[in-house]
Amino acid sequence: MLRVKNVSAFYGNIQVLRRVTFHVKQGEVVSLIGGNGAGKSTLLNVISGIHPASSGTIAFERQEIQKLEPNKMVRLGLLQVPEQRQIFNSMTVTENLELGSYCLPRKEQKRMASSQLQEIYTLFPILEERARQRAGTLSGGEQQMLSIARALMARPRMLLLDEPSLGLAPLVAEEIFRVTQELRDNGTTILLVEQNALAALEVCDRGYVLEAGRIVLEGSPEDLLEDDEVQRAFLGRDYKEKWER
Amino acid sequence: MIWNQLPQFLVSGITSGSIYALIALGFGIIHNATGIVNFAQGEFVMLGAMTMISFTRGVGMPVFVAFPLAVLVVMGVGWLMEIGPMRRARSNNILILVMITVGASITMREVAMLIWGKTPRILPPFSGDDPFVWGHAAILPQTLWILAIMLLVVVLLGFFFSKTMVGKAMRAAAENRRGAALIGIAVHRMTMLAFVLSGGIGAVAGIIITPITTMSYSAGVMLALKGFSAAILGGYGSMKGAIVGGLLLGTLESFGAGFVSSSYKDAFAFLVLLLVLFVRPTGLFGKEEIKRV
Repeated sequence: MLRVKNVSAFYGNIQVLRRVTFHVKQGEVVSLIGGNGAGKSTLLNVISGIHPASSGTIAFERQEIQKLEPNKMVRLGLLQVPEQRQIFNSMTVTENLELGSYCLPRKEQKRMASSQLQEIYTLFPILEERARQRAGTLSGGEQQMLSIARALMARPRMLLLDEPSLGLAPLVAEEIFRVTQELRDNGTTILLVEQNALAALEVCDRGYVLEAGRIVLEGSPEDLLEDDEVQRAFLGRDYKEKWER
Repeated sequence: MIWNQLPQFLVSGITSGSIYALIALGFGIIHNATGIVNFAQGEFVMLGAMTMISFTRGVGMPVFVAFPLAVLVVMGVGWLMEIGPMRRARSNNILILVMITVGASITMREVAMLIWGKTPRILPPFSGDDPFVWGHAAILPQTLWILAIMLLVVVLLGFFFSKTMVGKAMRAAAENRRGAALIGIAVHRMTMLAFVLSGGIGAVAGIIITPITTMSYSAGVMLALKGFSAAILGGYGSMKGAIVGGLLLGTLESFGAGFVSSSYKDAFAFLVLLLVLFVRPTGLFGKEEIKRV
């Protein structure tokens, strides 16, 4: 469904992505794990068309998209839920959700609006309680839910989730991962970018490890969890611990 | 007695205040969309009036045809300004963009001088000029037009920004460009729309005020400064602030002119501007950000 091939990207003179190649199949949840500064968010921004790729190709359902503007991407059904949520703080929860469907044709917006809102509220009951509150007054977890919910309003075929658990209490983070699975069961393809390797690998079908702008590992969650490098870098285990076991 | 003249001061204050309010609204819309001060706002006002004069006195169109046409023309100018110099700048540096608006303002002024000459032009009132007397104040019919049209613009804008999808998208793009882009709002189109809207509002202001004063190619400068002061007074970028600030500034100015001396009329606006900047730089309705991480 999504195929990224040899993509490189720069910030000024600094190369952030080095010939990154990976793919996500229809209906899959794929995790991309990596530490701070590995280039995770940059990669998502390149896919979303916010940051230019200096070389390489990105195809979404066989259509090359690396030259498209971000709003075109959304119309194709490829939505990013950004790190730090990027919701509209001064607007109400409902307004934020309404704007989520901005990219749909006007007629569909009107027709779908209420039923879709209902779906969202079943997924995130807390948002219904907060419907008339300004988004800026929500707690971090609620804002994250709103950010995901807003993206869902656009009826995405594929979601790019950028560190959805960042800065959230463990229980809230768990809730977010629960939703991720529910979305997958409903047929949404998901690319999950995380530092929280354990949680991410628990919910995904396949995983990649990004390090210093390169994909260094690929595999099933089980294999990745077993991998020494992953254990050391993300799960805080020493080589020593491993060897002495 | 000077006290008898209070109502008259009030009326003339609200009249010019309405104009300042409209200009301040134009400033606010572009500021919210781009974060810059558009120094060509006054030229939108002047161009609106001049185009209207050409359409009515030159071509001979009736007022109700010429009015919307002139507004459309200036909306077009706003559009050209955005898709031309503003977008070509390819720079996000606020200072550079502001300097471009200064350049656009000078260009528009000089072109206007070439087209319409240097002598101030007049426009007949929309409906007669026999004032009717209300208490101690004489009210020109044009004053009522100004008030009514200002209110209409305010109501329409309020509706646009709070009820329509495009209006909400504009607010969204103003608040969080990245968030807006990620849900499929074409942010640059919202910026373009802001320039078109500001052009339109500016033109309306120019068209309705000219029958009371006059209009010349350079009159936009002073009007823009007044509108800018009004916007600062109300809180830059706030819609409510623009309206209240405009009306307040117009009234203060008119009372100042009446009680002290009309030769200092313009000075009052800038006195107010300085006072606001010293005492409360966010203005009356300055933005208080709600932010929680």
